[in-house]
Amino acid sequence: ATEPEKNNYAIWSLIKQGWRRKPEQEDKVRRLISNLPYEDLRRKYQPNRQYANNSIKTTKYTVWSFIPMNLFEQFHRFANVYFVVIAMLNFVPIVNAFEPGVALIPICVILILTAIKDAWEDFRRYQADKQLNNMPCSIYSRKEKDFVSKCWKDVRVGDFVKVVCNEVIPADILLLHSSDPNGVCHIETANLDGETNLKQRQIVRGFAAPDGSFQPEYFSSIIYCEKPSNNLNRFKGYLDKPDKKKIGFGKENLLLRGCTVRNTDEAAGIVVYAGHETKAMLNNKGPRYKRSKLERKVNTDVLFCVALLFIMCLIGALGYFIWLETFPDIPPFVPPDSNNNYISPALSGFYMFFTMVILLQVLIPISLYVSIELIKVGQIFFITNDIDLYDEETDSRIQCRALNITEDLGQIKYIFSDKTGTLTENKMVFRRCSVMGIEYCHRENAGSQRTGAYPAKQGTRPKGHPRGDASLPQGTPGRTQTPDPPHSRTQPSPLHHSTPIETDVAPDRRLLRVTCDEKTQIQEWCRVSHCNGSASFMDFFLALAICNTVVVSTAMLPRQRSLLKRMGSLSHIVNSFQSIPEKSSKSRSSLKDVKEEEAEDYSDSGSNNPSRRNSSASHHSEEERGTVSDPNGLCYEAESPDEAALVYAAKAYGFTLLARAPDRVTVRLPQGAVLSFEVLDTLAFDSTRKRMSVVVRHPITREVVIYTKGADSAIMELLDCHVQSERKKIASKTQRHLDLYASAGLRTLCIAKKVLSEQAYDDWASIRQEAESTIDNREELLMETAVHLETNLTLLGATGIEDRLQDDVPATIAALREAGIQVWVLTGDKNETAVNIAYSCRLFNQGDMVFTLNTDSRQCESILDCTLGEVRRYTAPSQSWSFQSIVGAVMPTESTGPTFGLVIEGRTLSMVFEAHLQMKLLELARHCRSVLCCRVTPLQKSAVVKLVRNKLKVMTLSIGDGANDVNMIQTADIGIGISGQEGMQAVMASDFAITHFKHLKKLLLVHGHWCYSRLAKMVIYFFYKNVMYVNLLFWYQFYCGFSGTAMIDYWLMIFFNLFFTSTPPIMFGIMDRDISAETLLGLPELYKTGQNSEFYKRATFWIVMLDAFYQSLVCFFIPYWTYQGSDIDIFTFGTPMNTVSLFTILLHLAIEIKSWTAIHWGFMVGSVLLYFIVALIFSAICINCNPPSNPYWIMENQMADPVFYLVCIITTVVALLPRYIIRVLQGTLALSPLVQARKLDRLSTEARDQQIKNWKSQRSPSEVPTNLVSPVDSFSNSFEQSFYNSSLEREMPDMQWDSNEETQNTFSKGHRRSISTMTV
Amino acid sequence: HPRDVRTCETNKHRTGSSGEGTTNRPDNTAFDQQRLPAWQPVLSAGIVIPGFLLVGLAFIGIGVALFVTSRSIQVLEVSAPKGFPPLAVPPTRGGPVFLYYGLSNYFQNVRGYGCLAMTTSSGGTCPRCSPSSSCAPYQYDQNTTIAPCGSVANSMFNDTFTLYQLVNATRKTVPLDGKGIAWWTDYNIKFRNPPEVDGSLAAAFNGTVKPVNWPKPVYDLDPTNPANNGFLNQDFLVWMRTAALPDFWKLYRRITEGEYASGLPAGNYTLEIQYNYPVANFAGRKSVIFSNTSWMGGKNQFLGIAYLVTGSLCVVMSAVMLIVYAKFNSPDEDF
Repeated sequence: ATEPEKNNYAIWSLIKQGWRRKPEQEDKVRRLISNLPYEDLRRKYQPNRQYANNSIKTTKYTVWSFIPMNLFEQFHRFANVYFVVIAMLNFVPIVNAFEPGVALIPICVILILTAIKDAWEDFRRYQADKQLNNMPCSIYSRKEKDFVSKCWKDVRVGDFVKVVCNEVIPADILLLHSSDPNGVCHIETANLDGETNLKQRQIVRGFAAPDGSFQPEYFSSIIYCEKPSNNLNRFKGYLDKPDKKKIGFGKENLLLRGCTVRNTDEAAGIVVYAGHETKAMLNNKGPRYKRSKLERKVNTDVLFCVALLFIMCLIGALGYFIWLETFPDIPPFVPPDSNNNYISPALSGFYMFFTMVILLQVLIPISLYVSIELIKVGQIFFITNDIDLYDEETDSRIQCRALNITEDLGQIKYIFSDKTGTLTENKMVFRRCSVMGIEYCHRENAGSQRTGAYPAKQGTRPKGHPRGDASLPQGTPGRTQTPDPPHSRTQPSPLHHSTPIETDVAPDRRLLRVTCDEKTQIQEWCRVSHCNGSASFMDFFLALAICNTVVVSTAMLPRQRSLLKRMGSLSHIVNSFQSIPEKSSKSRSSLKDVKEEEAEDYSDSGSNNPSRRNSSASHHSEEERGTVSDPNGLCYEAESPDEAALVYAAKAYGFTLLARAPDRVTVRLPQGAVLSFEVLDTLAFDSTRKRMSVVVRHPITREVVIYTKGADSAIMELLDCHVQSERKKIASKTQRHLDLYASAGLRTLCIAKKVLSEQAYDDWASIRQEAESTIDNREELLMETAVHLETNLTLLGATGIEDRLQDDVPATIAALREAGIQVWVLTGDKNETAVNIAYSCRLFNQGDMVFTLNTDSRQCESILDCTLGEVRRYTAPSQSWSFQSIVGAVMPTESTGPTFGLVIEGRTLSMVFEAHLQMKLLELARHCRSVLCCRVTPLQKSAVVKLVRNKLKVMTLSIGDGANDVNMIQTADIGIGISGQEGMQAVMASDFAITHFKHLKKLLLVHGHWCYSRLAKMVIYFFYKNVMYVNLLFWYQFYCGFSGTAMIDYWLMIFFNLFFTSTPPIMFGIMDRDISAETLLGLPELYKTGQNSEFYKRATFWIVMLDAFYQSLVCFFIPYWTYQGSDIDIFTFGTPMNTVSLFTILLHLAIEIKSWTAIHWGFMVGSVLLYFIVALIFSAICINCNPPSNPYWIMENQMADPVFYLVCIITTVVALLPRYIIRVLQGTLALSPLVQARKLDRLSTEARDQQIKNWKSQRSPSEVPTNLVSPVDSFSNSFEQSFYNSSLEREMPDMQWDSNEETQNTFSKGHRRSISTMTV
Repeated sequence: HPRDVRTCETNKHRTGSSGEGTTNRPDNTAFDQQRLPAWQPVLSAGIVIPGFLLVGLAFIGIGVALFVTSRSIQVLEVSAPKGFPPLAVPPTRGGPVFLYYGLSNYFQNVRGYGCLAMTTSSGGTCPRCSPSSSCAPYQYDQNTTIAPCGSVANSMFNDTFTLYQLVNATRKTVPLDGKGIAWWTDYNIKFRNPPEVDGSLAAAFNGTVKPVNWPKPVYDLDPTNPANNGFLNQDFLVWMRTAALPDFWKLYRRITEGEYASGLPAGNYTLEIQYNYPVANFAGRKSVIFSNTSWMGGKNQFLGIAYLVTGSLCVVMSAVMLIVYAKFNSPDEDF
């Protein structure tokens, strides 16, 4: 009601304020008109010139502004400010510094290095922008009278832009035209919000041209809309037509930048927001600056160094004062100031403080920051170059979007993962079914997965996209796979499903044979018009094909046009049956051929090729294809992917759903006959009933048939209990199969049927009619009628659908968990699905005790308390008090102590947050191995992450693929986006973007460990290096009257940090490999060292400080005592110290380096050589520098003196002896797992694998050893194996079932037991 | 369908072009994949035992050599009060004997003290060049340039020593060699006298004034030897080489001539000291040191002892490591 008022207000404000140059700044309204009349005019005559155009720029600098802006930014950093202050201090004469100009060198080098790095980063952004800006699009041109191809950056507000199917929308466009007769345009907003289902956008009212043409020239309205905002769900405005009519529009008329047009041939409209003003860009805030945990720690330790520096300077100042006071008179060597005056000792001491600051400034490791940044660049280089993290299919590497948190990867304690699309492929695959109590395991489906011939990735390909023989079977050495072109997503084939669905169901051979057999019976079935039990297979597949709400669309046309002509006439069917016998015999022979093939060959050659997708098992279906219209032309769009999977499964067996209209479904039978069912009613799915039904009239028998599909618990209760025992037996067998499916993580559905008498239906229909016409309680009444009808069902069978996990997800999760990482899954999905997936990806193990918190009442707290008590009872066996469990499944106690899992629903979660029970929840969650949160909103996801992160003070990682994960990705310490299925939103928000969940394993366990250990050790080393070197100077102060003299020439001193000892630690930080990738992957528990920050603790820092003090003492006093009481001059005295500290510092690093490659040797030897060369050259040419005791010829003199070498050797040895001995003892006693792992690395590959196995079984004897042999889903593999064997050898799967009676009992009890009983 | 065909074509085209090498695939090189062949030493008792033993023995060897050498060097240090201290010199072998003067508690290394900036870029010393401000306050004396400027030069040590051997109650002068006591590079490269004007060094220093504390101008430092004057005066050069520590020696003379060339013969000597340099204002002491040298320079007991101690420590460590090795080594570990 307020809408017109608002509009009026907007108009009034517009009129009042008149036309200003920049009305946008004052108004709440954006006014724009078509650009076309002004097409060739200059910019200043353009009506919409004040609005941003569509080119985007995310770079920080331009070529010209780079130097000033970058400097400005750099001086904002604390460290650099420190350096500048020091440099300025150098110029204060009273402080009496070294050559002030020289002091500027380090800061300049650091600034330049940082600037180069920043420039590189900005250049990358520039390139990305450029790529986006130059994407093609079609803009209407008045001259050409047609849409012409231009770039995204040329799009301006007021332009008319056309987008064709599967094109990405370049700007926010008001939809004015669509090729769809109904004036709608389907878009996929995955890029924005992660939702993959199609959204309908409508043409602005009144713009639907009757002839489907679009003539932008005639567009003469003025558009008023709100100012740009980042709210995706708010858009309002109106069109002011020339005839003063106003037409309102809203967000349903807006095509957003970044979305993709689907299922609509073309759409066009006028641009209202462009470039940075589009909602997509306003939502994209760019990466936030993250500071890694290590860096935060470094900062505190730098503060310690500052404190240390302060103390040392204070000692210096005091010492100078006291030293001055000790003399009875003014000694000749205490210089007066330039006016020949002597300053009072106190004041001199005060000045001396600052002199000391300058002398000892290196103590603050300023270059540490630059080194860290350089190291991170190197680490990122190696991460992005890891071929294991490269995805052939999309030709994409891992993207590191955040450049400064690599080492956080090694310290993760909690992972929060999205489910759909992250753990799973978001593709449903029909995996198994049980018809009439007989299991058909479809091992072909499983087989294709097991051989790893990329069954998963196939589905990502848009349907009908011929790919040739791109993917060869895996394991072929040196396979040359043609990678797909990048950005294939932007221009896929015109056909696309709203949800990617796995369509290649390889039919089970036995089941196929049964259906083939039944084909012969079909004639009889049709003839006698009677359906008995033998036709159940028929019914089963008919139910799969019919009982759903799947919408059929054909390949090229929008879905509405795909309705076929009704072909359900009996004569046609009968005619087409003429050819059946010979066909079925043919198909049999082909089946036999298939059977003789080896399973491997079969799966290799089979389902890989999408163009032959449906024929992977049944050659005959391919033959049949010629007789009718190509079935590949169909594609199904379903509300839930499960439904579509079932329809595809039915199609694989020849029961092809051809069309669905509100009152009619058309199905083609395997024989080619087309049946058209009259749909009498559809009882839609609801969560209470957990089932859906369709009521159809059978075209042949004219019976009223109800097909019901639903959760097993919902269906099993409704079965007709007055039936013969055979039926009951089927039911119990089916139940057993269902249990097994569930335990294998499949989504189970039961299919049932009921034949209704005409009379019964009429009765029911009238009640139904009544219910539909009521106004109050309509929903309840409708449900009641549904429940009333869905009774006494006849069970047809059950299906097991897999939301196929991505490759290696269970193994990855198992490895992550072994690494001490808690994995939480946060999903918007419903409870059952989520729990199923949790089991199949081994988030929960079969032996786990899983608590389910599912309440929205106020009892939340008591339930939490009880659960907590329950958990404590198990974890602390001394407390033997018992109480009644309220929630969840309770497991019999195991001697080893059970592990716990927690399932918590979104509603409960919000209760927890409302009632401030977070700490209790965390307490409970900490006892649980895994936590599964289902039905959570994006906001809750981030709230959970924030809770864990802030309260437990742990490092968190979020991984997700959709826009609904953006919140949590940004909240966590590390956000990882999975690129691929659901657009780029998550990737844009993430710090790292990977293509598969499994990559997480190597990313964390290997790169995380490496990055962390390298950087932590490097940082520690850096602190050590500076303290050690600076302390040399400090000790000398005791022998030079605390006057701030350096016994080392200051050039060499500056070079020492800048050149001689800077590259080895950087190389160390980038390249050192303490443990090989294989061992790290084999022993995930090594990751724990990083989690516990073992390389860099507070203690580590102080120990290394002590070591630095010791070493500096040794490096100072051994030369001191050697040269004491001689005629040694100052630089001759300093040179061995400098040399010795170089050796000590480098050899200290050498002790820490764990693997010496040629590069390591190069850098180490190079540094030493560089030192000697520079020192020799410097002391040869430096005749006049630093008078009077300049370093001229000192190095040469020293190197001619044997004592120099003797001093160097003994000092280095004594300085490093303690560290060396401790390292040796550590290596010998091998107390830490890292040392042990390092020893494993020295073994040959086989020996190492064997050792790793031993290790694992030693460390965790409770773990099942088979788990280690084949970590990839050993459970389900063995599960498959049992089916596989049974069906191959005995052709009687029931036998196998019976032999596993014991196992099944455990299942039927409803408990999930440890796997070991299963696999043994 | 026409568009279908088009899609196929573009697809084919794109796959073709991307197949030609513009793939994003990382290089599968050992460097990129961090698989470079590496030596991965694991420090453990087993491997370090021989190392420790060898190093220990070597150190002990070096230590013994150093110790023996050092023992052979004879040092005679005489604290030098005013007057003529009588010296009973034991027989010294291995000449030549060096005569040092020692100053204690003299901080020649104080920052700001060490400064001499009257040098030209070509390496010579130029008296009339305007001296650097860092020489202040010993830069100008009543607006005349001080040569040499700076506080080091100003406070140059100026005691003189004469050594006599008492032979039958008569004093026999021991010839002291003042040549070559400075560094060769100092004498030949670093320091330069200004070009003599009319064969006179004094004229070259015309327009400069002597340092405040000096009794004589720089061109008149050594009246006995005109060549030993100006900036190239050996004592001056020695003094200008700033000592590293507050208790230091500086070479005064060498005894290289005649019967004293191979060491001072045993006997009684007396040292005549012309006491000029005040030490009371810094509570210092002066001393005179006679010492001969060896390949390792002056007498230095410390280095030898340090080597011996460290060497023994290494040997002990190797024994300890042996025990550790025997106790903790796992049998499957073979290197």
